[in-house]
Amino acid sequence: MPETIQDRVLRVIATTQRLPVERVKPDSSFEELGIDSMDSINILFDLESEFDIEINDEDAKKIRTIHEMVDGVTYLVEAKQNSSQQG
Amino acid sequence: MQRVVVSGIGVLSAIGLNREDFWDSLAHGRSGIGPIPEDVGPAPEVGMNQVRFKNGACLRGYDPEIHFDRKALTFMDRFAQYSVLAAREAAKQAGIEWTEELRESAAIVTGSCMGGRATEELGYWELFHNGRNRVHPLTIPLGMSNAGASHISIDFGIQGPSFSISTACSSSAHAIGQAFWMVRSGAAPMAIAGGSEAPLFLGGLKAWEAMRVVSPDTCRPFSKNRSGMILGEGASMMILEPLERALARGAKPLAEIVGFGMSADASHMTQPSPEGAGRAIRGALRDAGMRPEEIGYINAHGTGTEANDCMEVAAIRAVFGSHADRLSISSTKSMHGHTLGAAGALEASASVLAMVHGVLPPTANFTIPDPACDLDVIPNEPRALQVQAALSQSFAFGGLNAVLAFRAYP
Repeated sequence: MPETIQDRVLRVIATTQRLPVERVKPDSSFEELGIDSMDSINILFDLESEFDIEINDEDAKKIRTIHEMVDGVTYLVEAKQNSSQQG
Repeated sequence: MQRVVVSGIGVLSAIGLNREDFWDSLAHGRSGIGPIPEDVGPAPEVGMNQVRFKNGACLRGYDPEIHFDRKALTFMDRFAQYSVLAAREAAKQAGIEWTEELRESAAIVTGSCMGGRATEELGYWELFHNGRNRVHPLTIPLGMSNAGASHISIDFGIQGPSFSISTACSSSAHAIGQAFWMVRSGAAPMAIAGGSEAPLFLGGLKAWEAMRVVSPDTCRPFSKNRSGMILGEGASMMILEPLERALARGAKPLAEIVGFGMSADASHMTQPSPEGAGRAIRGALRDAGMRPEEIGYINAHGTGTEANDCMEVAAIRAVFGSHADRLSISSTKSMHGHTLGAAGALEASASVLAMVHGVLPPTANFTIPDPACDLDVIPNEPRALQVQAALSQSFAFGGLNAVLAFRAYP
């Protein structure tokens, strides 16, 4: 099965936080994974590279959970696909 | 132990290329924040078009060739130019008469966070982008963070203890504090101290962008809708000398520098701690032999970021207790931007000038009160108020804190 967007987000978080990928679940809280403000900025940076997207500062500030990360990335990836289809 | 006074101040900033213009802007609450010029990159095709934020606090109308000949400029990054110009203005105001003896023993202590990294970037562009196999031979002497101190020493012929301190946004507060202690102890008969920064170059701007701490519009310290810091460039230098020496030569002290406190958070590289900040504030008061109730004005670190402002208010409340509600506090970063390694010096100068003129500069761009920052932050309107003592606070990334205390000189 190909990796879903959620799988890829969890993998990026695991790599950035240097955790085994099994430890990172969609419902894990940032606290459980030891993600502080600087870690969160690191993860967003790596997500931008992984998906070739740009996450703006305002949206970045609102993200508090992994679900929100997955939703946000999904939205941006779809927006990118739509604009490239139109273009 | 000698009493030490500030007898001269020099400033270059986005709100004035000299001390008088700087003060005039502060005293009228005028902000110097605006669009950063397009040409911040190493080549015409790479510039502000690659940066998400657009605004900064840039020197306007600055022409280096008015102040330095072309040969001298070959050896100076902008940050070093600013250092020398601020030192010249400070020395001129102080009316220093340079003797051989004074030149041999005077001290220079400067602070800079990034030094001449703009020059380094040009070198690396040649190497990594243009595929050249060499960089300019002056990359090292222009890039090093002590170039400001070195150029001041060459410009004035000063041969005493001279060095630079790099503690990010506390650099020049640490520099002034160190120079203050050297003059107070008698280790140096006079010091030029302050800081300088020229951080508006593409690689540096991109690095700040990546930290997601720069505002898309302007710097609104302590406002509920604050959206981050605004980077600024500039320099400020002070002349510090013993009170007796200043009076003996007929100089007019601007203020007395009375205390210096330092601390390290020992917790996190970018999340400041109110305990660490509080220890530095207490240290400055203890060093000055002052009670908290004697302080009337605080020039806050006040970056306008989520991380700083609430932390700083909590630290002030913890140290000052009920007196916190009687303090007047402002962040002049709302006008001259966050000048990083020069910030401590610009803000110490703003604090001294506020006592000289009996006017407290406001926190500009203030819109919506924040219950988490419920102190009197002098919103938008300057305040005619003669305070007798002031603090200037600097809390750097890396958790390294420096606080300076000044007393009005009658």
